[in-house]
Amino acid sequence: MAIKKFVVGSFDDEKVLFPAVKKVRKAGYKIHDVYTPFPIHGLDTTMGLRDTSLHTAGFIYGITGTTTALTFMSWVFTKDWPLNIGGKPHFPLPAFIPITFELTVLFSAVGMVLTFCYLCQLAPFVKKHHFHARATDDLFVMVLECTSKTNEEEAKAFLAATGAKEINVQVAEADWWIGRYDKEDKLHELSGTEIAHS
Amino acid sequence: MASLRYESQVRSPLVVGEKTYHQVTEDIVRPIEAKPSKLWKIGFTISVLFLLFGVYSVYREVVYGIGAWNLNKTIGWGWDITNFVWWVGIGHAGTLISAILLLFRQGWRTGVNRAAEAMTIFAVMCAGQFPIFHMGRVWMAFFVLPYPNSRGPLWVNFSSPLLWDVFAISTYFTVSLLFWYCGLLPDLATVRDRAREKWRKHMYGVLAFGWTGSTKHWQRHEALSLVLAGLSTPLVLSVHTIVSFDFATSVIPGWHTTIFPPYFVAGAIFSGFAMVQTLLIITRKVLDLEDYITMEHIEVMNKVIVLTGSIVGIAYITELFISWYGQNPYEAAAFRNRWDLSTPYGWSYWLMMSCNVIAPQFFWFRKLRRNLLFTFFMSIIVNVGMWFERFVIIVTSIYRDYIPSSWSTYYAPTIWEVGFYLGTFGLFFTCFFLFAKYFPVIAIAEIKHILKKNGESFKENMDEEEKDTVEHFAHEHAHAH
Repeated sequence: MAIKKFVVGSFDDEKVLFPAVKKVRKAGYKIHDVYTPFPIHGLDTTMGLRDTSLHTAGFIYGITGTTTALTFMSWVFTKDWPLNIGGKPHFPLPAFIPITFELTVLFSAVGMVLTFCYLCQLAPFVKKHHFHARATDDLFVMVLECTSKTNEEEAKAFLAATGAKEINVQVAEADWWIGRYDKEDKLHELSGTEIAHS
Repeated sequence: MASLRYESQVRSPLVVGEKTYHQVTEDIVRPIEAKPSKLWKIGFTISVLFLLFGVYSVYREVVYGIGAWNLNKTIGWGWDITNFVWWVGIGHAGTLISAILLLFRQGWRTGVNRAAEAMTIFAVMCAGQFPIFHMGRVWMAFFVLPYPNSRGPLWVNFSSPLLWDVFAISTYFTVSLLFWYCGLLPDLATVRDRAREKWRKHMYGVLAFGWTGSTKHWQRHEALSLVLAGLSTPLVLSVHTIVSFDFATSVIPGWHTTIFPPYFVAGAIFSGFAMVQTLLIITRKVLDLEDYITMEHIEVMNKVIVLTGSIVGIAYITELFISWYGQNPYEAAAFRNRWDLSTPYGWSYWLMMSCNVIAPQFFWFRKLRRNLLFTFFMSIIVNVGMWFERFVIIVTSIYRDYIPSSWSTYYAPTIWEVGFYLGTFGLFFTCFFLFAKYFPVIAIAEIKHILKKNGESFKENMDEEEKDTVEHFAHEHAHAH
């Protein structure tokens, strides 16, 4: 569990957010994350995030499905129970295509969604700290992580100069935990000594 | 891919009115937070009553066997398989809107995709029940799954189209559900973060899986949506192709046709869009969402209807031509049993023809495409027509088989067979009412995403400087990638 200190600035327009992210990165601040109500194309590259490999995972799950279906059906029809069905051949490859295709899609889709949930730590009852309640509504929330070298006041002033509307400092749990959104957690009431890097 | 790409002023806006991001949230979440309206309560009650009638009808069938449906030796597939194919077809528009139009970057899909995807899921739930109960001994339904068993090394027949159906429908349902729910996560988080009541915070907290809107999550979410769309696109085509294989791979005259797969897929999209129209015209009115589901949306869907309706029409005519050109007397007889008005089911063929081929041609006229009342009327007509298409294909091909002595007397469904059908309507609308009350009917995040490109106020109010900025960003991002 990593309780950390953050400087949080919210923007009300993505047109202001883009240059702000660039300036903040140039100035050497560490961006913890930017929370937006909808996907903003290009923000990930601007923030310097690497592209996701989720597609590759999907491809691997897909070919797993293909091989599973083909080998299983072939094994059943030629080895385990070679039944004569209307005089059809024991290895009717064209007839295997529909199921092979369906399993390819099924494995790929289910595998990718599970991987997505795993990578993003998404599951029922997972709770995360919300830096701003309107980050899922109409605000673009940039969160800077404070290190031992960070001067909070300076960081706040810098965010204000880039166009942030609301700026504050929060001490919060950066990871996820199991909880309920209708119950307040006591996590951020931990004493200052436990705050990492501060 | 740049988010601020400037879009032509010539295109009509997809979001009408002075909208801010917050206003979008307000408009779409309002019906969820408000108390259910009287209209909703009445509709919901009626749906549940239909559902209960359906449950009782199914109970009759389980107790007495499929004889309760008036099926006999000659007509083994009656209303049940007709309804199955019809409901599966209904579902296809949802996947088409969410997947194929996403790949083709059609902005207008954002207004309607959520409701259409929900419709898909409920329609497939309805569809799946028909073949399952058609088995007669429904408690043995698990026999269709390939699993190690104590009956010897006995496996299901992987070369049977009926088994392909099992895989196709279950895969289709699973993938559609995942696609729909992944899209819902951000919007459920929006509802959660606005909630004041404890139960609402808790419920949507659980449903939203802890979504925060982190950039990295959005990046993965986008990648996931795109790949799921890429998977769903061939999937939706494969599902109805496989359903058509149930018929096309058999040797029954009237079924044994190579044109079936594309013709069924076109028909599925045709009927699916009609159902989307029926539902959305009501939904936008009742939930006051006319700014998001605009006449523009209705019109483009009508264009899809006239296109697919015409494809279906060509398929019908091709079938007739081939029955003559093929010189197969059995095939010719099967088709005579359709088009000849003096045969017992001739009326259903011509009803199908007028509803599916002639009626949609009115949509060539822009005035009619943009007429709500006419569109609503047509959407019902098309769905009736498409139901009769399946009925015609199934019943008129089998009620007179090779031996005249076994020709069926006029087949009419029993009340319990009709009841089962009405029951699936009950299930469908019960689910849809619950969805419309407790979930965002429109993809909030996606609307916000297209708002500055396609929103009315943004298009009009963009000054020269803003246009320059927007173009500058588009330029910069083109180089960033």
